[in-house]
Amino acid sequence: MTTPVTAEVDLAGRVVELTRSLAGAGAEAEVVAAHTAEALTRFANSAIHQNVADATTTVSLRLHLDGRTASGSTTVTDAEGLRSLVERTVAAARLSPPDPAWPGLTPPTPLPADAGYDEATAAAGPRERAIRVRDFVQAAEGLETAGFCRTAYASGAFANTAGHTVHGRSAEAAMDGIARLAGADGVARRAAGRLAELDGAALGARAAAKARAATSPVELPPGRYEVVLEPTAVADLLDNLASFGFNGKAYAQHQSFAELGAQQFDRGITITDEPLGATLPFDMEGTPRATLLLVEDGVTRAVSHDRTSAAEAGSASTGHASAASRSWGPIAANLHLAAGPIANAVPEPSAGPTASSARALVAGMRRGLLITDLWYTRVLDQKSLVITGLTRNGVWLVENGEVTAAVSNMRFTQSYPQALGPGAVLGVGAEAVAVPDRWSGVRYTAPALHLASWNLTGNASG
Amino acid sequence: MDHFDEAGAAVQAALDAGARYADARVMLRRTETMSARDGEVEDLSSDESAGLGVRALVGSSWGFYAVPDLSDAAARAAGRRAAEIAAASALVPGPAIDLVPAGAGTASWASPCEIDPLSVPLSTKGDLLVAATAAARDAGADLAEGIYQIWDTRKWFVSSDGHRIDQHIRECGAGITASAYGDGEIQRRSWPSHRGQYGTRGWELVDELALTDNAARMADEARALLTAPLCPSGETTLILGGEQLALQIHESVGHAIELDRILGWEAAFAGTSWLDLDRLGSLRYGSELMNITIDPTIPGALGSFGYDDEGSPAAPRDAVRNGIWVGVLAGRDSAAMAGLDYAGSVRSDGWARLPMVRMTNVGLEPGPHTLDEIIAATDDGVLMDINRSWSIDDRRLNFQFGCEIGWEIKNGKRGRMLRNPTYTGIGPKFWQSMDMLSSETVAWGTPNCGKGQPGQVGHTGHPAAPARFTNVRVGVRG
Repeated sequence: MTTPVTAEVDLAGRVVELTRSLAGAGAEAEVVAAHTAEALTRFANSAIHQNVADATTTVSLRLHLDGRTASGSTTVTDAEGLRSLVERTVAAARLSPPDPAWPGLTPPTPLPADAGYDEATAAAGPRERAIRVRDFVQAAEGLETAGFCRTAYASGAFANTAGHTVHGRSAEAAMDGIARLAGADGVARRAAGRLAELDGAALGARAAAKARAATSPVELPPGRYEVVLEPTAVADLLDNLASFGFNGKAYAQHQSFAELGAQQFDRGITITDEPLGATLPFDMEGTPRATLLLVEDGVTRAVSHDRTSAAEAGSASTGHASAASRSWGPIAANLHLAAGPIANAVPEPSAGPTASSARALVAGMRRGLLITDLWYTRVLDQKSLVITGLTRNGVWLVENGEVTAAVSNMRFTQSYPQALGPGAVLGVGAEAVAVPDRWSGVRYTAPALHLASWNLTGNASG
Repeated sequence: MDHFDEAGAAVQAALDAGARYADARVMLRRTETMSARDGEVEDLSSDESAGLGVRALVGSSWGFYAVPDLSDAAARAAGRRAAEIAAASALVPGPAIDLVPAGAGTASWASPCEIDPLSVPLSTKGDLLVAATAAARDAGADLAEGIYQIWDTRKWFVSSDGHRIDQHIRECGAGITASAYGDGEIQRRSWPSHRGQYGTRGWELVDELALTDNAARMADEARALLTAPLCPSGETTLILGGEQLALQIHESVGHAIELDRILGWEAAFAGTSWLDLDRLGSLRYGSELMNITIDPTIPGALGSFGYDDEGSPAAPRDAVRNGIWVGVLAGRDSAAMAGLDYAGSVRSDGWARLPMVRMTNVGLEPGPHTLDEIIAATDDGVLMDINRSWSIDDRRLNFQFGCEIGWEIKNGKRGRMLRNPTYTGIGPKFWQSMDMLSSETVAWGTPNCGKGQPGQVGHTGHPAAPARFTNVRVGVRG
């Protein structure tokens, strides 16, 4: 496939040539030139209160020179800015201590076929986002609402001194909102490759239904409970597994629970990483991204690598290099938990709190909790991946397959791999839902999960 | 070379496009980060970012647009775009917006800096991290890591209220961590803090940290923790070291007193606050010992500045006085909406991000004791220090913290080292149980405070000293 000549390809190529001329033919350099545009319309108290957009081109250079490595970046892309970037990166490399872990450059490697991206999402204006916000607010029928609607676009090129040049584009959209009633919050959030797929009215109605069902909560005693986690909560499991468990650097440093080839999860668990969301089809080292099978039927098959962690682990890069991956490790950004077999649909009144992916699982739970969201989760021990955090945006007691009471938020302290371990997964929802990360442009795709045990260690009220 | 003209052009363009108020910031930022592992440099990055962000108020709606192009034409286009975005906001309008006064006029400010951190040779900085991590590794750490970070920021602010303010803020800091691997667990000790110490100072701050001198002790303690007894579970008297107390202040006071949270503007993400404005001036937040200040004028602390990103001059203010809640962190619009007459706590993490309510230096005034006196006065309890994990609910009430290290306190003496210490509680109940407070204050810097959508990383400072709390639940385990 021929790489199209775009502004970013031209920019990356010019920096490669500039580096050769200033650092000499022996320099190994890799350059990413990326134009990104992000726009986010935020609402609270049922009104748009923040409405922002930016468009930025960033050029990043990593240089290996005489056994030493340095990186740099700039948003100043005129000739003077680019020359300054190369000069200071060359100077930094010359003054740096030796880098024995340098993994070398990615050779010319074709990208997989372009999956395409949605031009309309890339070009969306503030009015299109505001319309979805208006629909969300109106669908909540007077409940107080808050959240955001986001669109993002990236066009990026990679070039290195080994002759590898690639270009790609991506676009994503996301909407995330809550409705509030008498101190109870309900949430609905979706990620999509096309803004047109986001239905503000449907999300607002879902959030409002959850909020209405969450009023007058009871307090339950701490303890181990059977739970159904909705996709919004499962996304947090995937986030932490990606950051600390499937992180190739943590794996190479023996800080991860991951053991390749071992049955570490229940047979119902299959996890892949997909090049979706705001992700370009290659990483910061130019390695093409492809679907990465991390867990297959409960067996850990792989972790995510950049070239450095791959070399340390005796493996190959999986296309997860980032500007920070040498320090923080290569982190998979778009984990996908495979849905379960088709289950009998369980009809539910629209006013009910249960997400569609969770309904069949709730129907099969004798006594346990339906949990919407996990919040402020932090690692207590990285190796066992024990995490503490709280529930948020709706918890309900389920008895004999029926939601019987709203429950106050609770704190949990739980090993995530243990919760998903062999025999611990009682059911996997039949519908995987794309959920946006609340912090960045990545997404997690997951069904609801029915788990045998979740360790709730306290009530949020004390 | 200054950039007032570009900022001014953006403001004028926004006004011409219908804005009734506009402000713009041009920011140039250079950052440098180096990390090392086990005696070798692992990563070195030197980054530069320059651009302009303009904010426009049309009617009662805000719009913000940012570009990296500092030409006059780009600045004017950005101003018009900000006004267009504001106009679109009116599709879902909110209440009328007023702005409290923010001083005015022309001003210039620079943070104190004895040794320009960007001028220190990279080889010198690299040698420091290499030596410190090698020392920890040689002393038995299974993994030794070190990092320094430098931020050099220049900004030019212009508003339609008449501001022309330029600032030069230099920040830096560093830290090391030694990890020891046991059977299915990892123990970790960090110096001087769990992510290092940072401030609005020059490289002299890093020199004072004595990273290499403390490396072997961190490795020793990490290994010792592998075989230390677990922190007991139950209610006890808790003594917190100053570094951990700094994060306790950040999470359970600093965020709770952010006015945008109190007004519900962060409800869907960062959360709200348990505080109710009707009780400002009367609500008991903590014991009589609790005096929390908001003070961006502290020389060298990480949350210091001359003017915030709305042009309000830095000024100290009480947040909690003798245990009573008396003040908030506010911006010009949120203060006006709440009926308050002060702002001064609005910042953004770069030219491409909307300024928002942020902590400056939110700290606890010192007490009369020393840590040794507090320990001597404690018959039975646990001392914990150096944060390991932190989590708090969306109203900033229920928290659970883990620390790297704990010690048993028996009969007024520090006893055995304790493994995996954690404690949990409810903010006001916890602060009301504070009964002893040390005078040994350090202004700890927190360089990774996340807030806002799109996400922003804030730099905050937290003066704190060791303190004692009664009847605290400790030893929560999974």
